[in-house]
Amino acid sequence: MSTSSGSKISFDTEWEYSPAPESTSHVTIEPQYELFINGEFVAPQDGTYFETINPATETAITKVAAAGDGDVDLAIRAARAAYEDSWSKISASERGKYMYRIARVIQERAREFAVVESLDGGKPIRESRDVDVPLAAAHFFYYAGWADKLEYAFPGKAPASLGVAGQIIPWNFPLLMAAWKIAPALATGNTVVLKPAETTPLTALLLAEVIRDAGVPAGVVNIVTGEGSTGAAIVDHPGIDKIAFTGSTEVGKIIQRAVAGSPKKYTLELGGKAANIVFEDAAIDQAVEGIVNGIFFNQGHVCCAGSRLFVQESVAETVIDKLKDRIEKLIVGDPLDKNTDIGAINSKPQLEKIEEYIRIGEAEGAELYQSGCAVPTQGFWCRPTLFLNTSQSHRIVQEEIFGPVLAVQTFRTVSEGIEKANNTPYGLSGGVWTDKGAKIFHMTSKIRAGVLWANTFNKFDPSSPFGGYKESGLGREGGLHGLMPYVRME
Amino acid sequence: MIEKAKSTSQRLPVAKTYKIYVNGKFPRTESGRTYPLPGSREDPAANICLCSRKDFRDAVVAARAAVSGWSGSSAYLRGQILYRIAEMLEGRKDQFVSELVRTGLTKRVAAKEVAGSIDRLVYYAGWSDKVQQVFSSVNPVSSSHFNFSMLEPTGVVSVIAPEESALLGLVSAVAPVIVGGNTCVVLSSYTKPTSAISFGEVLHASDIPAGVVNLLTGQRKELLEHFASHMDVNAAVYYGEDSDEIQSLQEHAALNVKRVAIRSHSDFQKASSQGPYHILDTQEVKTTWHPVGI
Repeated sequence: MSTSSGSKISFDTEWEYSPAPESTSHVTIEPQYELFINGEFVAPQDGTYFETINPATETAITKVAAAGDGDVDLAIRAARAAYEDSWSKISASERGKYMYRIARVIQERAREFAVVESLDGGKPIRESRDVDVPLAAAHFFYYAGWADKLEYAFPGKAPASLGVAGQIIPWNFPLLMAAWKIAPALATGNTVVLKPAETTPLTALLLAEVIRDAGVPAGVVNIVTGEGSTGAAIVDHPGIDKIAFTGSTEVGKIIQRAVAGSPKKYTLELGGKAANIVFEDAAIDQAVEGIVNGIFFNQGHVCCAGSRLFVQESVAETVIDKLKDRIEKLIVGDPLDKNTDIGAINSKPQLEKIEEYIRIGEAEGAELYQSGCAVPTQGFWCRPTLFLNTSQSHRIVQEEIFGPVLAVQTFRTVSEGIEKANNTPYGLSGGVWTDKGAKIFHMTSKIRAGVLWANTFNKFDPSSPFGGYKESGLGREGGLHGLMPYVRME
Repeated sequence: MIEKAKSTSQRLPVAKTYKIYVNGKFPRTESGRTYPLPGSREDPAANICLCSRKDFRDAVVAARAAVSGWSGSSAYLRGQILYRIAEMLEGRKDQFVSELVRTGLTKRVAAKEVAGSIDRLVYYAGWSDKVQQVFSSVNPVSSSHFNFSMLEPTGVVSVIAPEESALLGLVSAVAPVIVGGNTCVVLSSYTKPTSAISFGEVLHASDIPAGVVNLLTGQRKELLEHFASHMDVNAAVYYGEDSDEIQSLQEHAALNVKRVAIRSHSDFQKASSQGPYHILDTQEVKTTWHPVGI
């Protein structure tokens, strides 16, 4: 389909999408979930549980144990004992073989994982099925292979494991983040205590079952559910050798302060406010798809989301018109429906935060444009949202919203684009759209961020390192470089 | 192997016909020639294909046709497929142990050889997406260019597999060639060919595309020259110590400047008989220059 200038593609048809919900019949959710400590599911010491809800319906799915300080202590001791008694003693190749088993079982139970992920977190089944779960399996597969090849990753050094890793993960990619954390830790011979986010604990607990069923020695992986206090108990515990945190920059700074003066190693994967830069020589329709993918993938709950759009002035009108047209056609609704583009906002507090930013944007004088799509009455929803005519000083341009809200600005020259893109405390990712290869490499060398996408966006692979510059964090996860935070060089 | 019925009431076992594995199929040799399975006097009906030059040439055609698909598949997929081969071999462990026992190994040694073969496949599965990461480079050239060098499979590889280590030696020879995206034609052990024939069945039950591995049985002295001289073969891997063979191989390889790897491992259980440098033997290095500017 081509358009002459000024005309608009009509997507209006008599046809509506019929509902195409993924069946949940093959998924069994227990009435209550315990902590996974030392290879067993055990009740929390003080008997506290919390509900996890389906954000698309606001109904409780199940109850999950809240780990207190005593439970965390137990988990860390189990991890230490497993490190000393089994995991550091078995050969590296056997360690890898356990991990291959985990990868295979995730692949086998992929559909179950995808449904539970969408139920618990609100993300569209299309994304949990096609992105989160296959990438989680691929991550275990990739790092399984490293287990007996570590000497090739660190030339001239003999890498040794650290001991017990405390890992705290967010709610936007629950299973995938668990894989990102656990896989490199195990490959390098460490044991793990992992805390999933309180709104999305279920797939990590399913993963605990997989790890147990794969025959991984007891205590090598421990999973303790709970709120921020559980995470703090892990960070503060003297039995932890390394902390891996993915979450907000605010909490990342608290952790960095908390471990000051201790020998604990740490990696922080924090917030972002990525620039997605579209030049006049870009393939415009492809760029519009990339902009949509950049900001509306996973409801915009993505630390590397392309939340700031910079369009070269000469094509700004065209790009913005096409973008408006495009977002009108995004389907917001039931995460389990295979046609859904944008699922539920993960939690009520997150929805309130996004709505607050939308109010701030309007109050600051930016021009609001929202899709007119229908949204369900129950559950937490946010229509795809654009802010036009924004300026660098706007809070919606400077601060991470973590929702489907895109701030749009324009630029004239390459150097202006670079200047604006780098005008942020964050530096996690960025995007460049142009048909000129030389310009791509010029831009990617000038943008201060850890991951740059050229004529694509939001691509992930276990072999590709991920992580931020500046206040977006430190250390890398994924790839060869993702091994480094988990080893001591001898 | 042929077992005789011990009495008139006992069921007569069905004997296996030994064939070669070419292009994902199990043909007999085009030559119609066979040789008796060495050392099996109790099994006079075990006839092994004595492959000809024509069999080799047919196998090279299949291997060449498989190059673009296999080298174009993702490293992740190749790793998964190597792992799948390991899974299939694990499932048929007992068969391989008993076949190795018939070649003269003790049961304990045979079991160790089979386990080592499975683990070696898993080891190389892991290299599929890592060899590139370890041996590629971004080159800091002085001009304004983004310059990088990466590995690419050389293409079709002919492999003269170890004579003594019929399974572990074979796996050690083949895995590093295919994990890097090459396809191959292999001459199996002449005296102990049954492991290679059965390994073809394992490959066939894995997800490896037809033509990526082709397994022939026959005589080195007849086929070596052709393995070394074929103009559509890019590299030759040779296991052995025979200096005449090595010289002949290297001379014939010069016809089209084949890459040649000569290996003389005797103990394939040793860690030194595996490693990424075995993969590098059949890889090319490609450097790309790209301007950086506005």
